[in-house]
Amino acid sequence: MHNKTIAELAKGLRSGEFSSVELTSAFLNRIKQHSSLNAYITVTEDLALQEAKAADVRLAKGDAELLTGIPVAQKDIFCTEGVRTTCGSLMLDNFIAPYNATVVDKFNNAGAVMLGKLNMDEFAMGSSNETSYYGAVKNPWDTNTVPGGSSGGSAAAVAARLAVCATGTDTGGSIRQPAALCGITGLKPTYGRVSRYGMIAYASSLDQGGPMTRSAEDAAIMLQTMAGFDQKDSTSVDVPVPDYMSELNNSLEGLKIGLPKEFFGEGLNSDVAATLEAAIDEYRKLGATVTEISMPTLKLAIPAYYVIAPAECSANLSRFDGVRFGYRCENPVDLTDLYTRSRGEGFGKEVKRRILMGTYALSAGYYDAYYIKAQKIRRLISEDFKTALSEVDVIMGPVTPSTAFGIGEKIGNPIEMYLSDIYTIAINLAGLPAMSVPAGLATGLPVGLQIIGNYFSEDKLLNIAHQYQQVTDWHQQAPKGFE
Amino acid sequence: MNTQWETVIGLEIHAQLSTKSKIFSGASTAYGAEPNTQACAVDLGLPGVLPVLNEDAVRKAVIFGMAVEAHIAPYSVFARKNYFYPDLPKGYQISQMELPIVGIGHLDIDVDGVTKRIGITRAHLEEDAGKSLHANFHGLTGIDLNRAGTPLLEIVSEPDMRSAKEAVAYMRKMHELVRYLGICDGNMQEGSFRCDANVSVRPKGQQEFGTRTELKNINSFKFVEKAINHEIERQIDVIESGGIIVQETRLYDSDKDETRSMRSKEEANDYRYFPDPDLLPVLVDEDFKAQIKAQLPELPQAKKQRFKDDYALDDESATILTSSRPLADYFEIVVKESGCEAKMCANWVTGDLLAALNKADLDISDSPVSHERLAGLLKRISDDTISGKIAKQVFEELWQGAATADEVIEAKGLKQITDTGAIEAIIDKIIADNQDQVEQYRSGKDKVFGFFVGQVMKEMQGKANPGEVNKMLKAKLK
Repeated sequence: MHNKTIAELAKGLRSGEFSSVELTSAFLNRIKQHSSLNAYITVTEDLALQEAKAADVRLAKGDAELLTGIPVAQKDIFCTEGVRTTCGSLMLDNFIAPYNATVVDKFNNAGAVMLGKLNMDEFAMGSSNETSYYGAVKNPWDTNTVPGGSSGGSAAAVAARLAVCATGTDTGGSIRQPAALCGITGLKPTYGRVSRYGMIAYASSLDQGGPMTRSAEDAAIMLQTMAGFDQKDSTSVDVPVPDYMSELNNSLEGLKIGLPKEFFGEGLNSDVAATLEAAIDEYRKLGATVTEISMPTLKLAIPAYYVIAPAECSANLSRFDGVRFGYRCENPVDLTDLYTRSRGEGFGKEVKRRILMGTYALSAGYYDAYYIKAQKIRRLISEDFKTALSEVDVIMGPVTPSTAFGIGEKIGNPIEMYLSDIYTIAINLAGLPAMSVPAGLATGLPVGLQIIGNYFSEDKLLNIAHQYQQVTDWHQQAPKGFE
Repeated sequence: MNTQWETVIGLEIHAQLSTKSKIFSGASTAYGAEPNTQACAVDLGLPGVLPVLNEDAVRKAVIFGMAVEAHIAPYSVFARKNYFYPDLPKGYQISQMELPIVGIGHLDIDVDGVTKRIGITRAHLEEDAGKSLHANFHGLTGIDLNRAGTPLLEIVSEPDMRSAKEAVAYMRKMHELVRYLGICDGNMQEGSFRCDANVSVRPKGQQEFGTRTELKNINSFKFVEKAINHEIERQIDVIESGGIIVQETRLYDSDKDETRSMRSKEEANDYRYFPDPDLLPVLVDEDFKAQIKAQLPELPQAKKQRFKDDYALDDESATILTSSRPLADYFEIVVKESGCEAKMCANWVTGDLLAALNKADLDISDSPVSHERLAGLLKRISDDTISGKIAKQVFEELWQGAATADEVIEAKGLKQITDTGAIEAIIDKIIADNQDQVEQYRSGKDKVFGFFVGQVMKEMQGKANPGEVNKMLKAKLK
């Protein structure tokens, strides 16, 4: 059951082949069996079985939707009413959210079953899932390596078949990079496509939730439920949500693919490069034309990102002050002590590092040199993409410079860690949609192909990914021991 | 030592906008609820929540901008002002910094009969913080977040005022204006209208400004004047004794009637303003402005002029009557309903009625004498049913409550006697009883005439028509 797609499971649920309770129990068992991966922070077993029962009733009544009864897991950044929502931090270890994120509401309305809350880098800050207060997540393809981050729990859970599909969030690559390293399909939608309400903010102008699945078809089903304008999020965009499923089978004949030469230069592992070449050849066979393009501002993305994201996070994380909710230090002697110790003890190293960087960048005398300049770079990058996407339909390239790296390998060197997001960050700065699609294995570890499209072209991206998955089976391969 | 000093004052006024819900959430803004019962997830700054701008707050800011003939920004931006405080739930206040919604405008004030134009630098939208409560928490601090997220319009003036008196006049005028516009209830006890003052002094004739201090949170007209005057004196004292003024924030203590230092510039916060990525820029287009312009009420200045032109009122009466919209409305209804001469109506409203209201510390909207009843009274004066003097007596009765002027006149038998026979009989009796005075009058002592009028009125309990009495007395005493 655990290898089936959403569409196949939906069929099985309707034909009576299995019930949602049976399906949910099977996944709960797998989660227990593979708890050493550390993919989940909280498993909501009772709630899941309750929801599965309700789904079975709904299925019996015949008013079910595609996701009704399907076991889904939520990244622990989405607020879930009555369920602990930690954001991977000691700061929120005791936080029971009193409300649901819009995305969570949407899955509930669709009748999906929530298995639990997935591990992640603390406050989504990290590229390896090692900054989590709840410990590192192991990559099911090689448990000595990282699953990527920040949605590392989501990627590991989907790859190991510990959930049919999962939500992730992507601020600088946090859906695509772990999807690539764990060999699953991940989509970061256009900024504003999915509501951010109830999604704990890291960098508000960059954060975007999206689906993490085994296939493009599953991603289309998930996004159908997640996408849409939300009055509670002023930055969500009021454009109609297309029928993603109906676009999946369009032909790719005549598709124009651009490959930025900056994506294939120095720093890209040669095995990864070779794997991507092979994937792009598949697209040629599907009728696409491939041209080299140049995007000279891409190299500025990392420095600009590491000003803007920390600046926003320095304000976003000010609410964690020990006053109203979350971690509070023992016996504060006065207000300053309450603040400094609650925050000093409640936040981990990487979070503190980014808060400090952001505070510095926004300080009097530095604001123009850092924040304003970074915003200018951001506009230049957007312009570069705009120009490129007026010449080609989509841009393709690597998601990561290498396959999964070892646990502990980069955590001591923040700059090296930051560079692992070199191919993904620019897309967040521009607000564009992008996917990571399993494109093969290099020395036994998954490689992801990145597909970047124009604003609100998720339907096209899903179509392009799906067509590739019709002629390849990389997305169906399971890590050893998790088949 | 005999330097002449000039004071320079600029005011920052915080006016709470009277929207039903908060500026970025759906929670109610009503005052006085149990602590923390009017604070929703957004106001509490829970993880994951997002602000959504209340359009009514924007509308009210634009109304204000139009009333002070200011530039309305077609594109304005909310920014985060970062600082930690327990009653500031998010650790930042959403405000406007570089691009405020209202730009340069002005307000005219009248001081000692002279009109002076005070420049308005800007007015911007922001959210209020909650309140820290120190009483009854056994050494701890309680936090009430009901007020958190209440919309504020911060109105910043140019440093155009030169005395505490001008500052008070400006504050009063602004207070009157925001209430006129219906954008703020102006309740100063509840903190709906508060003010910070920037004060400096310089030798008369000097061009550049002296170092200023900021006086925080002054919440009454009386305290503004006192606080500023104190600060002026303090600054002059410091300078004259060889010291220098330090740029700092000072708090006015109304109990001790003094200002004291809160923090100096060196200790001032770096608020690290930056555009709030959770909110879109506010776009105000021509349509929106036209819509608001069409609904803009008549402004105090225009109303005052109209009262002078249409009702032939003097400047003083027109000023008083237009000092608040409900008062002006009351007056206009009285004129219309009574059909009496406007001047008489104005005298009654600004005289007896306002005196009684002031004495009872009541607002015009709570007046025990409705406009209908006052109009009813004035009608009886102008049709000679009662004299002005009797009318005052009737007014007292109206103030007490339940009856109309006609009912009071009827019940108390206050109807004026115009029956010449009755008056004549009394006059004859008075003349007969007071022959000495008759002699005096006839020998040219005109003043004695008043004595006779008084006697007649006394005898007739004030109910005689004074005109009739005068006329007949004059004839009889010839």
